[in-house]
Amino acid sequence: MKLDILMVGVGGQGTVLSSNIVCDVALAAGYDVKKSEIHGMAQRGGSVVTHIRIGETVASPTIPLKSADIVVSFERMEFLRYSEYISDNTTLILNTQMILPPSVADGAAEYPQSKVDSVKSKFSKVYEVDAISKAIELGNQKIAGMVVLGILAKSVPFGKEEWEQAIKDRVPPKTIDLNLEAFNTGYNF
Amino acid sequence: MKKVLSGNEAFARAAYEAGVGVVSSYPGTPSTEITENVSHYKEIYTEWATNEKVGLEVAIGASLGGKRAMSCMKHVGLNVAADPLMTLSYTGVNAGLVVIVADDPNMYSSQNEQDSRHFARFGKVPMFEPCDSQEAKQFTKDGFALSEEYCTPVLVRSTTRISHVQTIVELEDRVEAPKFAPENNIPKWVMIPANARKRHRFVENRLELLTELAEGEKYNKIAMRDKKIGVVCSGVAYTYVREAVPEASTLKLDLAWPLPMKKIAKFASSVDKLYVVEELDKFYETEIKAQGIKVEPLNRDVCGELSVDAVRELFGLPPVETDVDTTLPFRPPNMCPGCSHRGVFYAISRLKLFVTGDIGCYTLGLLPPLQAINTTVCMGASIGMAHGLDKATDDMSKKSVAVIGDSTFLHTGINSLVNTVYNQGHSTVIILDNTITGMTGHQPNAGSGKDIHGNPMQKIDFAAICKAVGVKEENIRVIDPFDIANAMEVLKEETSKPEPSVIITNKPCIFADRSVIEEPYFIHEDKCSGCRVCTKLGCPAIAWDASKRVALIDENLCTGCHLCIKVCKFGAIEQRSK
Repeated sequence: MKLDILMVGVGGQGTVLSSNIVCDVALAAGYDVKKSEIHGMAQRGGSVVTHIRIGETVASPTIPLKSADIVVSFERMEFLRYSEYISDNTTLILNTQMILPPSVADGAAEYPQSKVDSVKSKFSKVYEVDAISKAIELGNQKIAGMVVLGILAKSVPFGKEEWEQAIKDRVPPKTIDLNLEAFNTGYNF
Repeated sequence: MKKVLSGNEAFARAAYEAGVGVVSSYPGTPSTEITENVSHYKEIYTEWATNEKVGLEVAIGASLGGKRAMSCMKHVGLNVAADPLMTLSYTGVNAGLVVIVADDPNMYSSQNEQDSRHFARFGKVPMFEPCDSQEAKQFTKDGFALSEEYCTPVLVRSTTRISHVQTIVELEDRVEAPKFAPENNIPKWVMIPANARKRHRFVENRLELLTELAEGEKYNKIAMRDKKIGVVCSGVAYTYVREAVPEASTLKLDLAWPLPMKKIAKFASSVDKLYVVEELDKFYETEIKAQGIKVEPLNRDVCGELSVDAVRELFGLPPVETDVDTTLPFRPPNMCPGCSHRGVFYAISRLKLFVTGDIGCYTLGLLPPLQAINTTVCMGASIGMAHGLDKATDDMSKKSVAVIGDSTFLHTGINSLVNTVYNQGHSTVIILDNTITGMTGHQPNAGSGKDIHGNPMQKIDFAAICKAVGVKEENIRVIDPFDIANAMEVLKEETSKPEPSVIITNKPCIFADRSVIEEPYFIHEDKCSGCRVCTKLGCPAIAWDASKRVALIDENLCTGCHLCIKVCKFGAIEQRSK
C-alpha cells in the first residue's frame, strides 16, 4: 500500500489537526507514516501545505512530483498552487470556501474561478463540499475541517473506528460529540 | 509505545528520557517547538532566555553545576551563541551538554541559508545529523552520554525538514542521569592564556578520539547494494537518496563531524563511482576531496533544499515534466487583522520615513501597501544601522527611524541604544512593544510579565531602560499605536530633534491578550465614497468590491481594533453592537 496525501489551505484553517489525525490512524493501522509541513512565517495568512505519506516503509517526508494520490484543498483555489503533484489518478477533495488573497481583496486581481474549473477537470475523481455551511448547520463553523476529514476517511482503506478513536484522542473532550457528528456528515457525504 | 512525533517533539522527548535538568533557549523557527515541548515536562527546568548567547551560557552553568543541560536555537542563533561555544569547546563540560541547531534550507522563515556544519569544524566539536524523529531522539540522548565521556559540548543539527516533519518514534522511560557534583577546577574552567593553551591541546586530542568513534561500528553505517554507485549522505538528504536511487550503496553519516575518512576511503574503493549528496554547502565533498578521494561531480545547486525529484535529476533520471502556474494571486504572510504594528507603519508610510528594520512580525511592514521597511539584516541591527546612517549623512536622522520589537530589543537592541547615546547620535528608535515574541508563535519574553509556563513575572519597563542608558526623559514617548494622528505628530517631533529619541508603543499582540478583541466593524455601502483609503492600511479584513466600488469588511476576520475608522473621512465604518 502506498498513500500520498497533500493537504493544502490557508494559515488558520486548522489543517494541522486534520493531518495529525490522519497520522494517528495510519500508525494505528500498522503502517509507516511521515508528515511534513512548514510553520513560522508561512502561518500568517499565507498558503500552507502538508505532505502525508503512508506505506509499508516511507523514505522521503515530502511527496515526489505527480505522485499525490489525494489532494485535500481546504480552500477553493489553493490546490492550484500545487498542480505539479497531480497525476492522472489523483482524487481531489475540495472545500468550496473562498478566502480572498490580498491582491484579490483589494481589487488588483481576480479570484481565479476559471482556473479552478479547468484544473478540477484534470482529477480522476472530485468530491466537492461546502464544509462551512455543513458546519454551521451543525452549530459551529470551526468544525468544517472535520467534515472534510470525513470525506477523506471514506476515500482511504482504514477502519471507521480507528478514525473515530483518533478524533476522540485529539479534540478537546467537550467537543468530541460535535466533532464526530461533523466527521460522520462528511463520511456519509 | 510508538507515537508519531515531529522532530522538535522528539528532541524534547530526548531531553526528558536522558534525565536532563536544565534547558534555556531563545525562540527561532524552525527550532522553537523543541523548548516549548520541553517545558511540558515538569521534571526539567525550562526557560526562555533573552538571547541565544545567554541561553547557551545558562546551559554551561547548569552543566558546571552537575545537571545535564540543553540549549536549542535556529542557525542564525548559533552565530549569537558562537562566542561561548568556541571557548566551551576548550573548557569542555561537567554534566552532559547538547546544543541543538536548526538550519533552514530554502529559508522558509529565515534571513539567510547558512550551513551550521561549519560550526562543528570551526569549534572542533562533534555534530550529529539525524534523518528522522527516531534518530532525532536517539542521537540527542547519545549526545549527552558522549558529551560526558569525551568532555565536549555536542551539537545536533536539525533542518526544517527534520524539525517540522513527523515520523514514528518508540518512546522510552526517563533515566536517572549520572550524578555530577558542581565542579571547581580552575585550570579547566578559567580560560586565561596559560590554561587555554593546555586546553587547546586537549581539544585536538579529543578530536582524534572522536574520529575513532566515527570510524567505529556504532555510527556512520555502510549499506552495500549495487556497487556501481556509492553515495555519501546524511540527514533528510539520505531519505531522498533512498527513494530516488534505491539501488545505490550508501554511507550514511550520522556524525557530520568529525568525518570517518578511513571508512569513506574504504567505501569509495568498494564502489565504481563515489558521489556525495548533501543539502546546502559542499561540506563533506570538500573534506573528502581534500583527502585525495575521487568524488564524481554532480550538478547540485547549493542554494535551497533537495527533494526526491532533485536527487533523481542529479543521477540523470528523466525529470518529471510539470506546468506550474506562476500567475496565481499570491498569499504572502501578512500582519494579522488587529495587529498593533499596523497603525505605526501607516504613520511611517504617510511621512515617507526611511526605516532600518529588524527581525519579527513587523518585518512584514515591507509589504504593499505599507512598504515601510527598508532594511532587515539580523536581530538587533536596526538601531546600530540607524546610528551609522546618521553618522554617514547630513540629515538622514531627520528622515529615518529604527523599528524593533520588544523581544528583539531585549535580545540585542539594548547594547546598540547604549552605543547611540554614548556616541551622541541623533536617531529615533521605535520599540514596538506588543508584549510577546510574535513571529515564532507567541512565546513570552522578559517584557511579557510572564514566564515560559505563563506564570506571572515582573515585567521589564522599557521606558526605564531607555532613561537609564541616557535617553532624555522628554525624548522617551509612549504612544497608542492605533492613534495614527498622534503617532505622526510624535514621529515628526522626535525625528526633528538632534538627540537620541525612543518611541514605545503600548498595545499588545491580539494573541498575547485576547481580551482586546471586540465586536467587528462593518461598512455602510451608502456612506462609502470609494476613496479606498481604508484599503491602504493593508488589513486582511478589509476588501474592495470592484463591482460596487465600495470597501467591505470581512466580519469573520475583523477583531474590532478600530484602526480603519481613524482613516475614514466619511463616517462609513461602524461597529456591530453586541
